Amino acid sequence: MTEPTNTIEEEKIQKEIHKLLQDFSSTRENLIPILQAIQTTFGFIPQEALRETAAFLKISPGEIFGVATFYNQFRFTPPGKHQVKVCLGTACHIRGGDIIMEEWKRRLQIKEGGVTEDHEFGLERVGCVGCCVLAPVVQVGDIVHGKMSPSVVNGILLQCELAKREEDKTHNETE
Amino acid sequence: MKAISLIIDNQKVSAQEGDILLWVALKNGFYIPNVCALKERAVPFAGCRLCFVEIEGYPEPVTACTETIREGMVVKTKTATVQKLQRAAFELILSTHHVNCGHCGKNKKCELQKIALHLKVRLRSKRFRLIPKNLPLDESHPLFTYDPDKCVLCGRCVWLCREQQKVGTLNFAYRGFEMLVTTFGDSLAGVANCTQCRKCVDACPVGALLFKEEQLIREEHNA
Ligand code: FES
Ligand code: FES
Repeated sequence: MTEPTNTIEEEKIQKEIHKLLQDFSSTRENLIPILQAIQTTFGFIPQEALRETAAFLKISPGEIFGVATFYNQFRFTPPGKHQVKVCLGTACHIRGGDIIMEEWKRRLQIKEGGVTEDHEFGLERVGCVGCCVLAPVVQVGDIVHGKMSPSVVNGILLQCELAKREEDKTHNETE
Repeated sequence: MKAISLIIDNQKVSAQEGDILLWVALKNGFYIPNVCALKERAVPFAGCRLCFVEIEGYPEPVTACTETIREGMVVKTKTATVQKLQRAAFELILSTHHVNCGHCGKNKKCELQKIALHLKVRLRSKRFRLIPKNLPLDESHPLFTYDPDKCVLCGRCVWLCREQQKVGTLNFAYRGFEMLVTTFGDSLAGVANCTQCRKCVDACPVGALLFKEEQLIREEHNA
């Protein structure tokens, strides 16, 4: 699902996209490279960008939406401040990675690929992270958490919460 | 065009050279389950896997919607092998279909009911684990409603909208179990380019796309 963007944002996005589209010719086979370029620029694919691309390639927006949502590499919402990547590679899958995923979903109340309302957390699944001995693995931002269990999910959330409070406090003090 | 004859379920049938077996059979009163075939479509989608038949001399069953008839062809539409394949395909479709005929605007006109009767399979079949989509009914379009929980992904509407009408409002999106027929941004409300040709609704074999006037109150949606 893509997020509607407000008008100021929209104009900014439009400008960026027009710039970015100059590197491409208006042919169908450029659709995926264009989507990739958009994602690299914005970190996600804004709805407005899909519309612009549709007009540029003369493909219906719906068809582009269909193509874009087919691929796991594309996301349609800005990532969360803490992006939670649950490994569901072979080893992690066998060690119960799906239980960990369920726990994150339950705690954050979002689906895979979703972001919490306050934009603090984003949730996604990834393939092997490369440290299967630690399975099941979750990566939050740059930090890898091995041997995960549902209670560790709790711990990580608490840590983030405390860090945020700390941050707010110092922020308030400096003001 | 040359007239040719073939045998379907021990009965002689004549048809035109180049005709597609599925349409010849249906026209002559031999029902073969199908949901994805469209006469207008030159290259069949062959996605529903319901229309299997056995043809003499062929090593295995084939889909009738992809088969061009030949002189003297001997076709069987109801062998045990055929029905086994059809039942499996049908029950897989049912495993993601929200069965709620009593409150469905398509009740008694639904292709799935017809197929269930033909194959003697219960609509509430428990053979495969049920994977309901549990998505909300979209009532935002002025003409029709769209219930993704009923959609069997036959692709008729998508093809008509995109390839025949050259509009491209309806499309397949997402992947695997999440795959959906949907519109840009997942909302019928934003469908600026819909020309209201009505083809999609007419072609829907189930109760996924329904004209608002056909729609019955469904108190039990997602119940
Ligand atoms: S499978 Fe998860 S780290 Fe390798
Ligand atoms: S009608 Fe032949 S596969 Fe669907």
